[in-house]
Amino acid sequence: MTTTATPERVTEKAPPPREMTDRARSERKLGWMLCAPALVVMIAVTAYPIGYSIWLSLQNYDLRTPDERSFAGLSNYATVLSSPLFYEDLQATVIITVISVILELIIGMAIALVMHRAIFARRTVRTSVLIPYGIITVVAAFAWQYAFTPDYSFFSQYQWLNNGWSSYFVIILTEVWKTTPFMSLLLLAGLAVVPEELQEAAKVDGASTIQRFVRVTLPNMKAAILVALLFRTLDAFRIFDTVFIMTRGANGTETLSFLSYNQLINRVNLGLGSTVSVLLFFLVIIIAVLFVKGFKTNLGAVRGDR
Amino acid sequence: MGGKNDRLFWGIGGVVIIVYTLIPVAWLASLSLKSNADITDNNFIPTNPTLDNYRQIFSFDLFTSALLNSLGIALIATIFAVTLATLAAYAIARLDFPGKKLILTLALAIAMFPPVSLIGPLFDLWRSVGLFDTWPGLIIPYMSFTLPLAIWTLSAFFREIPWEMEQAAQVDGATNMQAFRRVIVPLAAPGVFTAAILVFFFAWNDFLFSISLTSSDAARTVPAALAFFSGDSQFVQPQGPIAAAAIVVTIPIVIAVLIFQRRIVAGLTAGAVKG
Repeated sequence: MTTTATPERVTEKAPPPREMTDRARSERKLGWMLCAPALVVMIAVTAYPIGYSIWLSLQNYDLRTPDERSFAGLSNYATVLSSPLFYEDLQATVIITVISVILELIIGMAIALVMHRAIFARRTVRTSVLIPYGIITVVAAFAWQYAFTPDYSFFSQYQWLNNGWSSYFVIILTEVWKTTPFMSLLLLAGLAVVPEELQEAAKVDGASTIQRFVRVTLPNMKAAILVALLFRTLDAFRIFDTVFIMTRGANGTETLSFLSYNQLINRVNLGLGSTVSVLLFFLVIIIAVLFVKGFKTNLGAVRGDR
Repeated sequence: MGGKNDRLFWGIGGVVIIVYTLIPVAWLASLSLKSNADITDNNFIPTNPTLDNYRQIFSFDLFTSALLNSLGIALIATIFAVTLATLAAYAIARLDFPGKKLILTLALAIAMFPPVSLIGPLFDLWRSVGLFDTWPGLIIPYMSFTLPLAIWTLSAFFREIPWEMEQAAQVDGATNMQAFRRVIVPLAAPGVFTAAILVFFFAWNDFLFSISLTSSDAARTVPAALAFFSGDSQFVQPQGPIAAAAIVVTIPIVIAVLIFQRRIVAGLTAGAVKG
């Protein structure tokens, strides 16, 4: 399923040159026509609002005092960037992102190996792994919240969600539970492309299981690992649902998405809220660029359409 | 490791994974079956199982309207997104035209977007054009946020379709329409269907847009309604009904996963790794 298959397009015999240009022209036109609706919707509902968001971030615009709307230049950015709250929330976001993505990679790899090797109950394992993926995040957050609330828990009487470190623990656990399956499926796809002959050859040369994993398996699935890491890091960085349900940002667990939501929807301060969301947007771009540059991955090579 | 030990080792691994994925669901199911008096008894197995919580949520307008909103909004968003994505993916997989790469890159960039960046502008826009707290007000963002996923998944699928079979059928005397209906549609349908499942999951799961862009039963979906359940607990603990509602919205997902396991896995990995 994941080999770098080249598009299997119909290879027609090359028609005479003049006919070719006509064909090519009509093909081009048809291609654009078919893509236009999707393109228009994507641009209208994402690119345009992002521009509008930047515009809002340059204004004093509080819906409680709409008459005082005025152009503010970069003063919102100065306010946000000089506020300790922004850095606390950035820190919380980074802590949750880094720890959960690392755990997801390790556990996801273990699950992928089991799914790859297990003969017994293979189908059942794959099906059960999809359940956390399919479950509504809010539902998963409630389930784990109850499991860690003394009155409703079946194993603990400790107030997990009333303390800083243990709140982090529960939030990260929930994130890991919910999203590791997705990670493991991406890694499983990567495992499937590691050539079996290489494994055999290493075995013949007397390599141990661990040596084979480190020297043969890992290097051969580097691309899949990086894609999985990139996707999950960006996803974890915008964490919102779990925090909202579990702590509403209490105990120092407020994340950047939550801060932005709070300013926009609860305080209806569209200027400041947009500023936070624009900053978050640029942080996400920086992470993506760092990933692609830092690991020198060619996402195109992974996709197979260089 | 020998063959037998090997099998045992991976088998145990499998069991551990199954337990890991099912524990929280089992816990919710257990809470949902406890009466208001028993809910704090900390027992894993309910001592006096009752369906009261389920009866209660189905008598709440808050829940029934949210369920209806969730289903309707997610289905409509799925139909629109998959239709538009099918057209675009067909062009990307089969036709040669400049700008193809640009479209795929743009789609990838949008997929990486933090949704919260759109909340402010959409909140402001929707309020001024009357889309705030309406079905279209949610359908539109869901549709555009899932288009990238759908386009990537579908173009990966479409690349694998042996399109020359269409011509073979035409050579055999089938008309264009027949060739399309008998040959191409059955080949493309699984891919389209997979994309539809993934899009539906996204819309069904969303919380942020739903709490930000709705303010009443008119369009509020289940995840947002669940968050509000906990708010208005007065004399009765809301945990039982929340657990019951959570189980109700999880059942369709579990069924879908059981039936379409293979397709979902193919879709997720095709969309992300291979694209």
